[in-house]
This record gives sequence, C-alpha cells and structure tokens, in this order.
Amino acid sequence: MKHYEVEILDAKTKDKLCFLDKVGNIFTFIFTLYPQWYPARQSIRLDPKGKSLKDEDVLQHLPVGTTATFYFRDLGAQISWVTVFLTEYAGPLLIYLMFYFRVPFIYAPKYDFTTSKHWVVHLACMCHSFHYVKRLLETLFVHRFSHGTMPLRNIFKNCTYYWGFAAWMAYYINHPLYTPPIYGEQQIRLALIVFLFCQIGNFSIHIALRNLRPPGSKTRKIPYPTKNPFTWIFLLVSCPNYTYELGSWLGFTLMTQCLPVAAFTLVGFIQMTVWAKGKHRSYLKEFRDYPTLRSPILPFIL
Amino acid sequence: MNRLTHSQKTRVCFPPLTLMQMTNPLCTGTMASGEEDRTVEEKETNNKKRTKGAIATAWLTFYNIAMTAGWLVLAVAMVRYYLQKGTHKGLYKNIARTLTFFQTFALLEKYRDFRCCFWCFKGIVRTSVIVIGVQVCSRIFMVWFITNSIRQIQNEESVILFVVVWTITEITRHSFYTFNLLNHLPYFIKWARYNMFIVMYPLGLIGELLTIHAALPYVRRSGMYSLRLPNKYNVSFDYYYFLIIVMLSYIPLFPQLYFHMLRQRRRVLHGEIVVEKDE
Repeated sequence: MKHYEVEILDAKTKDKLCFLDKVGNIFTFIFTLYPQWYPARQSIRLDPKGKSLKDEDVLQHLPVGTTATFYFRDLGAQISWVTVFLTEYAGPLLIYLMFYFRVPFIYAPKYDFTTSKHWVVHLACMCHSFHYVKRLLETLFVHRFSHGTMPLRNIFKNCTYYWGFAAWMAYYINHPLYTPPIYGEQQIRLALIVFLFCQIGNFSIHIALRNLRPPGSKTRKIPYPTKNPFTWIFLLVSCPNYTYELGSWLGFTLMTQCLPVAAFTLVGFIQMTVWAKGKHRSYLKEFRDYPTLRSPILPFIL
Repeated sequence: MNRLTHSQKTRVCFPPLTLMQMTNPLCTGTMASGEEDRTVEEKETNNKKRTKGAIATAWLTFYNIAMTAGWLVLAVAMVRYYLQKGTHKGLYKNIARTLTFFQTFALLEKYRDFRCCFWCFKGIVRTSVIVIGVQVCSRIFMVWFITNSIRQIQNEESVILFVVVWTITEITRHSFYTFNLLNHLPYFIKWARYNMFIVMYPLGLIGELLTIHAALPYVRRSGMYSLRLPNKYNVSFDYYYFLIIVMLSYIPLFPQLYFHMLRQRRRVLHGEIVVEKDE
C-alpha cells in the first residue's frame, strides 16, 4: 500500500524533527524557512494555474505519484476577516452619528449640534445604528469564517464603499432641508415593520448557519429550515441572509425616501446577487441532492 | 452580430482596436490567416470559424471606411467654412450635427469592444478597457453636455482646438484600421497613428480643459443640470462642482491613457525593429 509521509529526521541522531502529513504542515515548514511568508499568505497548488490546496488536505490523498511537485504562490499581505468586518461596520455607525448630531463643518454653522424636527429622522438614525451594531456583534459572536484572511487591499476598497455611502446617505437624511416621506406616517410605519422583520430574519439565518457548523470545524452542509419561522425561507432560497438584507434596505429606503439610500440598496443588491449565484452554484456542485426548488436570492426569480 | 458562444468568443473577438493590434493572431477578425488554434478544447469546424471571421471582418472594414469618410467630411467642412468666412466663429454650430453623429456612433464600436473584451480577457486587459472607456465617455460628455448644451462657449478657440485634434486623430485611427483589415497598410499611416498622438493627446487635453473652464461661469449663473434641496427625493446635484471634479479627474486619468499609448507604440514600432534585425 502506498504510504505518503514526509519525515524530516535529524541526520546524526535520526530523531524525527518534523512530520508532514497535511498540507498545513508544509505551510508551517515554508514559514520557518521564509519568515516573511506567514502561512495565511501562502498558496500551494499542484498545478501552477490550479486551485490552492487547503490546510487540512492530507498529503496521502493527493493525486500524485511517487514524487510530487508543488507550486508556491505568495498571496500578498493578508488581513483577517474579523478585522476587516469590524472596521468596515464601525465606520458607518460613527459617520452616520456625526451627521445626525450635526457636527460642525458639515452643514451651515447655524445648524451645528441642532436636531432635526422630523421624528422619522430620529427613527432612521436608530434603525441605521441598530443595523450596524447588530453586524458588529454578529462578527464578534455569531459568524464562523471558513477562511481566516483576505488580501490587504480589500480593506481599503470595502471601507471606501461602506464609509462613502454612509456619509452620502447620512448627509441628506440629517440635512436641515430634509423632506419627510410623501405618505407620512403610513409609509414610515410600513417601512419600519419591513425593516424589523428583515432584521430578525437576517439574524435568524445567521444563527441557523452558525449552528450548521460545530465550533472549530470547517464542515460544509446544506442549510435546512428549522423551527424558527424566519428560516422557512430556506425552502425557496439558497442565501436568505442576502434576501433579508435586501428587504431591510428596501425598508430603510421607504422610511427615509432618499435617493442615495435607494442607490446604496441597488448596488448592494447587485453585489449580493453575484455572491448568491456563486454560492448557489457551489452548493449545486458540492451536493448531489441539493433541493431543486431553491433560487439563489429571490424566490423563483433570481 | 452573430450569437457567439463563449468559446467562440475567445477566438473570434474584436477588442478595442486602440489597444490590440489588428495583427494579433489571438484576437482578430482575420482568422483565416492564423489557423493555429491557441485554445485547445473545442472541435468546431474550421469553416464555421472562417465564415464568422469573414463576416466580422467585412463589417469592421465597412465600419472603419464609413468613419474615416465621416471624419474627412468633417475636416473638409471645417476648412471650407474657415476659408469662406475667415473666422472660426460659428464654425462649431455649422458642424455640430455631423460631429455629434459620428462621435456618438463611435459608442457602438466601443460598447461592442467592451463587451467582447470583458468576456474574452476578463482580468487581463481590464485596465485598458477602463482607460478606453474613460476616453469614450469623456468625448461623449464633451459633445453632449458641454459644447452642445452651453451655446455661449461654442465660439471659444479651445473648442476648435479639440475638434481639430479629434478630427485628425480619428481620421488617422480609422484609416489605419481600414488599411490593416485590408492587409495593405502603408508605413506612413502606421507611423502617423503611433506618433501623432504624442502631440495630439496633450493638445486635445488642453482644448477640453479650457473649454470646460470657460463653461464654468455660465453653468454657475444658470444653475443648469442641477438639483437643489429641498426636494422629495432628498438628493442634490450641483453641475458646477461636478464639472470641477471632472476637470480634476483628468489629472490621474490622462497620464494612464498617454502611457498606455506610449507602451503600445513601443511594442509595435520597436517590435518591428527586432524582426528586421534578424533578417
């Protein structure tokens, strides 16, 4: 029986110095030789243009003969997902509050530190802040990430997007010349219900996805509806967290009746659709018995 | 245009002609000449490829001939006007319609190129696509939103400057493509295409920037294309500041375009010199 193990023995004493049976061991080994390439930024593959091997791949199970050639690629400076998420979510939270409290140099001086006379503006601030606080807490306590890191330049790209849009939205919603929604209280009430419903839904989905995966593992399973009614949407959709996220922002758009918010919702929707389609495709590829009724993000439509 | 499958697109595709040499065997309408398949997988018939290549080449040739003719007409019209009237005042108004038509028609070429390039070379030439896209957008923007909309600046010298620059550049470019597609490229046209831009681009830049700058006071006074608060959409747009941002954006974007062309020039002209040495 073929047996692949790489042992590194001390030449004199024949003591086992190091034992490589998983790809992850190779990462550590290279790291000791080249300290500037920490394991997170290493990519090792069997084919120069192929997919990266994962940390936990066992060397014995790789499709190689008696000798194997691995190709190395430096992925560039990496940053952890948690760091990126925390930074990109803390920004909008603080920026919006700056506009809400009308910090000087944003609006005309006579409006500094005043508050809006429309109650919908206060409500919008609460909703917006609640949304980002929820995201921050989820990043810290709920999400389980499959990859630890992403390329460093992503943090600049992502932060520009989130912070830029937050500033653009907040400027108009908290403007002294803000116009409240046309249909008044009815519109705001409906919007609030939609928003809260989708926030709870989004949270339920995150909890359900977390429970799919035991702590520390990286197993992948098909998500199914649980006892929580908000998860029943799993019957129709592969990525209901994105569906609920879209719903929340539609609610917020309706609540504030602000074109920049609508623009943000649209751009977010496009991005989430791309992600949902990718996820849906990888589910279909990975699981033979994947439910056929499900759509990526919008039931039956998209 | 024929419906090409993705695999076919990788072989019979028409990238922005400003960035890929028409003689590039990987991506050209003249597939008939380069039969060696770079991509290995499919087993399509060579005939099908050849026919599609021939149709595409014919369309491209016709398109470039038409554009060359159009810009030539424009050049002749401008010269005639100047000779008759002795002044450039009123010249823009005279040629405005023709200019708008041909400049907008160029969008067609760019859109198709953009789509094709997006599918063919995702990631590889993406920066070039963006750069070319920016150039096209800026041209359309100048014509539709500056000179056609703001009557008062139409008699500025800077307008004549950039129109002349565009005319010369476009005639050179389209005649280059035409002769290239017909495989009878005279050296002087190739020389012109890859050398005149060195002077034309900066001149065009100056013309465009001066025009926008001249337009600013009129924009501010009339408040055109602007939306003020309060309004029911809770958004505002100030065309005046938008124009200032546009002017500032020339600073990072123009060098990219310029150096891109310089790199093309080096590749084309110096690549040729290497071949000659071998012989």
